[in-house]
Amino acid sequence: MTVWSVIGSGVAGLAVASELVSRGAQVQIFDPGGPPGPHGCSWWAGGMLAPWCEFENAEESVLRLGQHALEWWGTRTRVQRRGTLVVANPRDLPDLRRFSRRTEGFAEVDQPKIRELEPDLHGFTRGLHFADEAHLDPRQALRDLYTQLVKQGVEFHHKLAPTRLENAIDCRGLHARDVLHDLRGVKGEMLVIRCPDVTLTRPVRLLHPRIPLYIVPRGDGVYMLGATMIESEDSSRITARSMLELLSAAYALNPAFGEAEVLEIGVDLRPAFPDNLPRIRRLGRTIYANGLYRHGYLLAPALAQGVADLALKNTHSEMVDEDRA
Amino acid sequence: MKLFYGTQLPNPLMLGTAQYPSPAILEQAFRDSGAGVATVSLRRESGAGQTFWQMIRDLGVLILPNTAGCHTVKEAVTTAHMAREVFDTKWIKLELIGHTDSLQPDVFQLVEAARILTEDGFQVFPYTTDDLIVGEQLLAAGCEVLMPWGAPIGSGRGLNNAYALRAMRAEFPDVPLVVDAGIGLPSHASHAMELGYDAVLLNTAVARAGDPAMMAKAMKLAIEAGHLSYQADPIEARDMAEPSTPVIGKAFLS
Repeated sequence: MTVWSVIGSGVAGLAVASELVSRGAQVQIFDPGGPPGPHGCSWWAGGMLAPWCEFENAEESVLRLGQHALEWWGTRTRVQRRGTLVVANPRDLPDLRRFSRRTEGFAEVDQPKIRELEPDLHGFTRGLHFADEAHLDPRQALRDLYTQLVKQGVEFHHKLAPTRLENAIDCRGLHARDVLHDLRGVKGEMLVIRCPDVTLTRPVRLLHPRIPLYIVPRGDGVYMLGATMIESEDSSRITARSMLELLSAAYALNPAFGEAEVLEIGVDLRPAFPDNLPRIRRLGRTIYANGLYRHGYLLAPALAQGVADLALKNTHSEMVDEDRA
Repeated sequence: MKLFYGTQLPNPLMLGTAQYPSPAILEQAFRDSGAGVATVSLRRESGAGQTFWQMIRDLGVLILPNTAGCHTVKEAVTTAHMAREVFDTKWIKLELIGHTDSLQPDVFQLVEAARILTEDGFQVFPYTTDDLIVGEQLLAAGCEVLMPWGAPIGSGRGLNNAYALRAMRAEFPDVPLVVDAGIGLPSHASHAMELGYDAVLLNTAVARAGDPAMMAKAMKLAIEAGHLSYQADPIEARDMAEPSTPVIGKAFLS
């Protein structure tokens, strides 16, 4: 029986492995970084399953392919189906109108309704509620996939994959630039804060012309604040400006965030192709799956299904843009 | 068309490269707009945006790096030097922000930075207000182009003060003038060209439109229309109707 070797255990690699195993394939995984952890950019993700909101600034396929994500993740990790709330300060209401024109699947909400959904959001008179969206804890999701795969008999090799591997599926993210020359890194900066004084139960997006922010509750008063999007490939550190912008936006949501503890600062590079959409390429004996950009958890299931279709059935999903097997 | 520091622009549209949904859409917008100049922000990238910058170079248009987001002379000068190294050009769009909410230029620092950079061999494109005296000072500091705002950056309000922009055109008939910032609609861009401006610089209006490439094309057509209109010597507006067909022989006195 063919053994598929998945290289990389970020969200792409684990999702591909999970999909292959669920279809009865035999899989092993190589990642010199060890189990999922801070060395992969999916560790630093928001974990929003928000295809309708993301459609505001993305191609139609993100909306279409992303809708399968809720179901796919729901059978593998805890998915919280509490929707997304999008708000803007009164002076930025043009941005809210624009957002509503560019998206679908929401209900317009007024101040009483906003307070009913999230009592700790003050001072917002208008908002959009995307009731069908969901979120997950990305680190828990990675751990859950990892544990399930181990239970299913998948062998993890905490080392570099041998060269000239047969039936390899390369999910190394930005590290695959040595082969995928049109891949670039888009810098993202995020913070994890603890603020038990504020209770938010669903992801909230604050629209702002310069600094759009989202905040995702992780439970126990912990929140993920994200994320900048900078065309830069230096992931060495966060800038003071980004930190100020992220924290000011949180403060604008609720001034009690001023008392929050900063638990973590995350900086990493999202792997992206020029159109910011994921790609599957078969070059020789290796299938490359990459370019999830800011849609790691949203599009990893579709990417994994596309890889499995190509690997096991030789069918080409829309994400396959090159096949030189 | 006037020369910009000795360079003939292929056409009067300068297009920004920020805020597009993806580099692929950015590229499409440039193709459909025919823009001859791309402005690029350097500040945020701190020397590490190589792939993105290469994509901009690959557009094959003139590159005008800018000092967007700088608040002090020192920052702006440092950024300009970085830009000269990265893009190998003397051109620099000098932007010195004075006010956080309106992003209004700080014209005092602007003049000072323009002088420093000009002395250092840069060819400065200053983003300024529509103030004539500031314009004079910038020219005295060595600038050979002026770029007054139409409205605050990203506001899409069009030409807030067409009177002042017209006065600027009249005051500096031989200086290349560019309306920079505030354009939201093709009619705004056309308006700037109808006033006799030499070019229009815009970014948000295209990048944040629902279909950036389509809006880019709309801007191109509007700029061409405005440019032709200015050259065609449009009629004067008047208070009373002027019949366009002969009235002799008709009972117009009855």
